[in-house]
Amino acid sequence: MDLIWDGLGEAIRIIRSGDFSVWEIAVRSIFVSGTATAISLFLGILIGSLIAFNQFPGRNLAFSLVNTGMGLPPVVVGLIVAIMLWRSGPLGEFRLIYTPTAMVIAQTVIAAPIVTGFTAAALRNLHPKLRSQLYGLGASRLQMLWLVLWEAKLPLLAAVMAGFGGAISEIGASQMVGGNLAGDTRVMTTAIMLEVSRGEFAPAIALSVILLVLIFVVNLILTTVQQQERRS
Amino acid sequence: MKRWIWTALLALVAALAVLVVVGCNEEEEEATGTPLARAAATQTTQATAAATQPPAATAAATQVERGPKDIILATTTSTQDTGLLDELVPIFEDESGYNVKVIAVGSGQALAMGERGDADVLLVHAPSSEVALVDSGAAINRQLVMHNDFIIVGSENDPAGIKGMTSAVDALVVIYDKGARFVSRGDDSGTHKAELALWKKAGLDPAGQSWYEQSGQGMGATLTIANQTGAYTLADRGTYLAQKENLELAVLVEGDPVLFNIYHVMQVNPDKFDLVNGPGGAAFVEFMVSEATQAIIKDFGVDKFGQPLFIPDAGKDEAQLTP
Repeated sequence: MDLIWDGLGEAIRIIRSGDFSVWEIAVRSIFVSGTATAISLFLGILIGSLIAFNQFPGRNLAFSLVNTGMGLPPVVVGLIVAIMLWRSGPLGEFRLIYTPTAMVIAQTVIAAPIVTGFTAAALRNLHPKLRSQLYGLGASRLQMLWLVLWEAKLPLLAAVMAGFGGAISEIGASQMVGGNLAGDTRVMTTAIMLEVSRGEFAPAIALSVILLVLIFVVNLILTTVQQQERRS
Repeated sequence: MKRWIWTALLALVAALAVLVVVGCNEEEEEATGTPLARAAATQTTQATAAATQPPAATAAATQVERGPKDIILATTTSTQDTGLLDELVPIFEDESGYNVKVIAVGSGQALAMGERGDADVLLVHAPSSEVALVDSGAAINRQLVMHNDFIIVGSENDPAGIKGMTSAVDALVVIYDKGARFVSRGDDSGTHKAELALWKKAGLDPAGQSWYEQSGQGMGATLTIANQTGAYTLADRGTYLAQKENLELAVLVEGDPVLFNIYHVMQVNPDKFDLVNGPGGAAFVEFMVSEATQAIIKDFGVDKFGQPLFIPDAGKDEAQLTP
């Protein structure tokens, strides 16, 4: 029990003191996972709208594949990306292993299917006559896509939240392709794991509290936007 | 109200986009090393192919020297869990201008990374496997750095009654006979290899016994598991001392010469792998055995634990070391 209070006390102390290394790690977590989520959103809208709006053979298979991707184990993604990026791997000469870029790649592989799945489901649930009506009103293809996405913006925000949550909370892939290098690729989850392995539980609890607050704040902002939009 | 919130969100996305662009620029700067290194690598191969043209060879050599600034150091968990590398690496980076990426894994995995050319330099403690790696040609320039010793730790009440035994092998025999709980690293690390060698010496095979568990994790995590379950484990003294305040484990067996734990540093052979940073690896090996570094190792941990965690050995003859 003491440990929990120690941890909470430590968390408050770190937040108060503005300990630079902790904030640096927190900012890096948001940056890496935010970038991965942004790329995932782009890919998700692209692929999601392709499979939601088009009738083609194997469409159900595509949906199943995306849904399977939503449950990709991060450690498997980490291993595959690491094998590709290791110097002995096919992309080794780009020297990306143990860089933040490698972590963005791995987290994008994790988050993109989540965002794609949410986007495809959201677009499929729109009123089927909406698109023919928009075409009828003389909308171009691009205008149509924009209007449809605008119509589906609330579920799209949910997609962003789910993708970001999946990216920022994973550890297996970040550890494997990032290497948990201090000041370079150390993010919240890998920092927590390191403190635990060192037997330093109070800072580990402190970091956990900060990570939870971080995810909460990001979701609070997005949810507020979502609710405001719904009310108006 | 609604418009205000959307504007704020848009501003946030824009800010993120700017960050991404800035980040990408940094990455591109890093990446500029790549074509150069690749060119250097091709030149080296061309140079070796046409060894009759010495000027080309020298040109290639100077280019390699100006090559990448990053070094990947694959090492054991104990050098990181004790905090030794946190102290040494920044000094090396300041002095040499190289950027060291410390990948702390078990010695087994570290040696495997060396074998595939996925690291530039190794700091490990599994002497027999190291010799095999050097013999295979994957590692060169292997140098003795330091030593400490392994200890058998367990809960204070010592269910198997091994406290004070002078032979580690005898202690393991007692643990085996009593079926007392024992946590093994089980991760092919240097400590795990040392533990398996002890069981072998005792003529026993604990694998599959209900009281024998494998954590599959680093030394720090394994000590925590032993602490929580009241089990025995084999630990390196450095990691144990560094975590002692969080543990209720006591040192039960120590001082047996078979418990000797020796650390070596070595370069991954740049002639065998194109992407290995030869000069960087050589600089790190030189740094680890330098007088200044050895002096830091000698004092490391004294202020915090009252005794050094490692004993510097550079330049000594391995056969003459005594615990």
